[in-house]
Amino acid sequence: MPNSILNSILLLTSLGGIAAIILYVVSKKFYVYENPLIAEVDELLPAANCGGCGSPGCKAFAEKLVNTEDIADLFCPVGGNDVMKQVATVLGKDVKEQDPTLAVLRCQGGCDVRPKTTEYQGPRNCAISAMIYSGETDCQYGCLGDGDCVAVCKFDAMYMDESTGLPVIISDKCTSCGACVEACPRDIIEMRPRNKRDLKIFVGCLNEDKAGIAKKSCEVACIGCSKCEDICPKDAVIMVNNLAYIDPIACTLCRKCVEVCPTHSIIETNFPPKKVKKAVPKVETNVKSAKSKTDA
Amino acid sequence: MSNQPIIVSASPHVHSDRTSKKLMYDVVIALIPAFLVSIYVFGIGALIVTSVAIASCLLFEYVIQKYLLKAEVTITDGSALITGILLAFNLPSNLPIWMVIVGGLVAIGVAKLSFGGLGFNIFNPALVGRVFLLVSFPVQMTMWPTAIENNTTVVDAVTGATSLGTIKEGLMAGDTMTEISTRIPPAMDMLFGFTGGSLGEMSGIALLLGGLFLIIRKVISWHIPVILLITMAFMTGIFWFLNPEQYANPLIHILSGGAILGAFFMATDLVTSPMTKKGMVIFAIGIGIITVLIRLFGAYPEGISFAILIMNAFVPLINKYFKPRRFGTKIKSKIV
Amino acid sequence: MLNPPNQKPMLKTFPKGGIHPPENKITSSKSIKKMTVPKVVYVPISQHIGIPSEIIVDRKDKVEIGQVIAKSGGFVSSNIHSPVAGTVTKLDKIIDTSGYKKQCIVIRTDAKNESNFQNIEYPLKTNIELLPEDILQKINDYGIVGLGGATFPSHVKLNIKKGTKLDHIIINGVECEPYLTADHRLMLEKSEEIIVGIKILKTALHIDKAIIGIENNKKDAIEIFKKLTKNDDGIKIAALKVKYPQGGEKQLVRAILKREVPKNGLPLDVGVIVHNVGTIFAIYQAIQHDKPLIERVVTVTGKTLENASNYWVKIGTPIKDLVAEVGGLPEGTRKIVNGGPMMGKAIKNLDVPVTKGTSGILVISEDEASRGEQKNCIRCGKCVFVCPMGLEPHLLMNLSEKGLYEKANFEDIMTCIECGSCSYVCPSHRPLLDYIRFGKSIVKKMNTSKN
Repeated sequence: MPNSILNSILLLTSLGGIAAIILYVVSKKFYVYENPLIAEVDELLPAANCGGCGSPGCKAFAEKLVNTEDIADLFCPVGGNDVMKQVATVLGKDVKEQDPTLAVLRCQGGCDVRPKTTEYQGPRNCAISAMIYSGETDCQYGCLGDGDCVAVCKFDAMYMDESTGLPVIISDKCTSCGACVEACPRDIIEMRPRNKRDLKIFVGCLNEDKAGIAKKSCEVACIGCSKCEDICPKDAVIMVNNLAYIDPIACTLCRKCVEVCPTHSIIETNFPPKKVKKAVPKVETNVKSAKSKTDA
Repeated sequence: MSNQPIIVSASPHVHSDRTSKKLMYDVVIALIPAFLVSIYVFGIGALIVTSVAIASCLLFEYVIQKYLLKAEVTITDGSALITGILLAFNLPSNLPIWMVIVGGLVAIGVAKLSFGGLGFNIFNPALVGRVFLLVSFPVQMTMWPTAIENNTTVVDAVTGATSLGTIKEGLMAGDTMTEISTRIPPAMDMLFGFTGGSLGEMSGIALLLGGLFLIIRKVISWHIPVILLITMAFMTGIFWFLNPEQYANPLIHILSGGAILGAFFMATDLVTSPMTKKGMVIFAIGIGIITVLIRLFGAYPEGISFAILIMNAFVPLINKYFKPRRFGTKIKSKIV
Repeated sequence: MLNPPNQKPMLKTFPKGGIHPPENKITSSKSIKKMTVPKVVYVPISQHIGIPSEIIVDRKDKVEIGQVIAKSGGFVSSNIHSPVAGTVTKLDKIIDTSGYKKQCIVIRTDAKNESNFQNIEYPLKTNIELLPEDILQKINDYGIVGLGGATFPSHVKLNIKKGTKLDHIIINGVECEPYLTADHRLMLEKSEEIIVGIKILKTALHIDKAIIGIENNKKDAIEIFKKLTKNDDGIKIAALKVKYPQGGEKQLVRAILKREVPKNGLPLDVGVIVHNVGTIFAIYQAIQHDKPLIERVVTVTGKTLENASNYWVKIGTPIKDLVAEVGGLPEGTRKIVNGGPMMGKAIKNLDVPVTKGTSGILVISEDEASRGEQKNCIRCGKCVFVCPMGLEPHLLMNLSEKGLYEKANFEDIMTCIECGSCSYVCPSHRPLLDYIRFGKSIVKKMNTSKN
């Protein structure tokens, strides 16, 4: 009896010993040197693996950051300037500060304003329905409503609004990784600078049709009337192919264009509600400061 | 124009009227003759076991999908119905009812829904149910009621072994085939089903009728059943030829046990069989060989259920390696 | 001919895959009528595969019938001629068969110009006077494209590199799509012209063997051609078993000559050139009567249409005019298809114009228009059995649904001919072809970016 106990102990110990030796030899023999900086940089990155930087995953981006001489052009949209600064100090390289951006939806053609004229049958997938035809409505520029953008968003920053049939971007969660921009076959999602307090003014339409046709297919379409272009004090509105585009850099957020747009296709977001009478400046500053506090 | 908007979809714009539901109900129709024969020879017991098996399969499918998975309930698609019938066909007609219900639970709950439901199961659900019962309750599962023509008895009094069981026992006891052959029913009785065995497996002719119907309706192709039976005949034939006193002849092997039921209804299950013709041939040959090996050299007298389950596990591999020939590749040079 | 008269000869066909949907050739006994000249025509500049043509007219220009209004934009492109005499009212964007707005030339028909309404019956002209080079030039000039549906410019197809060995012309008179009868009627009514057309091509390409492939559900056409070619060794008729997609080039060559076009290859690689009968007739008219491709045969059909028939239709005619010609859309119409039911495209509205590739207009009513509800794949393998290209559609759908395009490419997704047999037979109504087509488009992009 004691003999068998001894035997089994010996056997298992020697097995363990042999395995340990093999493991040690193999780990030495097949050791691959990796720059410890890569692991360090990888730690700093947000580990979202979204691909917004252009590299497949954070680890690959860390390698790229370490191995590239000049990293001024590289940027992690999720981590933003803070992370990039930390990376720069670790690596002793310079980074360029970039304005934080945010995805916006340039289509307001919900079910109530953009009537469906046909019915699509087939896989509910924008990329596939876009291959077959221009969509269930008469507008061939707007949202197809099958939610490819929502499907690719890794940050739960988008959802489909059941009532309008359009996707909604949750600004707080959006990391501007750009996956939705890639996914949309209509290119209706645009990356725009995330201004202070997240104020935005942009044309919520991509319809290049002539006024009558555009208006017929969608009530809130941009009809290319150029009123916004005329009123803009900073020449931030550009008219191309019957369609207005507001240059985010030139725009000073004065909101003059919003008022003149006859089809309400220019969208303003996060501005304090406009008072009918002249707003008392004091109140407004209060609102602003309160907002900026929450932002910070 | 009508009020509804016109439909736009990608081609093709017409569709065959054969839906999966229709395929499933074709299988059910094909199983009816064998079922009638089993009621004729096993009496009310066959009816009870079959209805309990069907009811439990449908019920478990409903309950699990509705309350456990919270998914769409698909009991009307006919697949659970077929699982129930096939499970019953593989059970003795005097099996206690609670065992049938356990079989239904294993078939639907374990073999089908835990894999993801219809189309995702790797193993044939009915067979998993049967094998589970066979392994768990070997005594009850091998107490076969004897077939009586025009049976009206409620409780089966007489029980006995199947032909394959008799042969196995006899050979183990050292008897020769000539001696054993007096103890098993003649081939004609086996063909028409007047022999002991599982509820639905005994009547070769009724099953062949159903199988033929399925092939004509193009629910299954002829490859699996025909090649499976040929392989079995060939394998058993070799052994029989070498030593007719130690091995039963091919005819007995094909007509006894679940060979025909297995070949036409279990191995051809659409979900768990290969998708290419080449693959089907390999699959059928594999089942044939394993069945014969189990029958001749294994502990169990019958092996087709195990053989099918074993080959089921190889189906993904078969699908991967036996692909149809792509058009325009491997052309024999025929250009003039 | 070797077969005794009583014994039915074995009909040729391709061996792997294929389906036999209900034929529904409602209009096969309706002779081709002249369609009323439309008041306005919308002529898209992109009616063929390849580079869109360049518009060479302007607003308010007066155009004559047959005048070039858009000229070929490159080698793989084609001239487009005015189908009517009239005035260019605008250059506009109109939704065409693709479902998107495309550049069109809008011409208002001049109601006073008699040339619009003349019904010229050309006498049969059998002697071929032109040299091979001139024939090819004329085919190019007169905007001939493949009328079978693919609309590949014919002069490109006929422009054969020196040294290519060619021994057969195959004339595609299969028309395997259900419902459509345009080619069938054309073969019956213009059979002699088609024979001359074949001779023209034979001269142009220096090939002495031609075979007309016709499916056995058009026995009358087979008879006519057999009679006409009785004394001609150079043209043979091949009666084919009725099976879809026999009209596919690769399937047809396999069926008639037992030659298999190599993967990613063309019929040229096995010494064959395939042309549709409609194209042959267009070539005949261009060469013998200097008539450009400005009209074609269109089958307007559907189970619910009372006056379903075949028409000579001017290119650019809006489909609503065609529908009006057969008595308007019947109650309960839910789908309108440009082309046949297997490969045609559902159109978005009735303003879509007829183009060179429109072989039929199919009107589908409520009960057949909707797709069945998609269910789980039951791995029955029917899609694998019917695929004429030896592919595994269920696998390809899965791969492109999951985004594994590299693997899909490896599984030969690009060789799919989009015949739709897999989607047709799938008992679970899975959108196999939808996903495969999508996967193909991505793989194509991947491959072009790689090169």
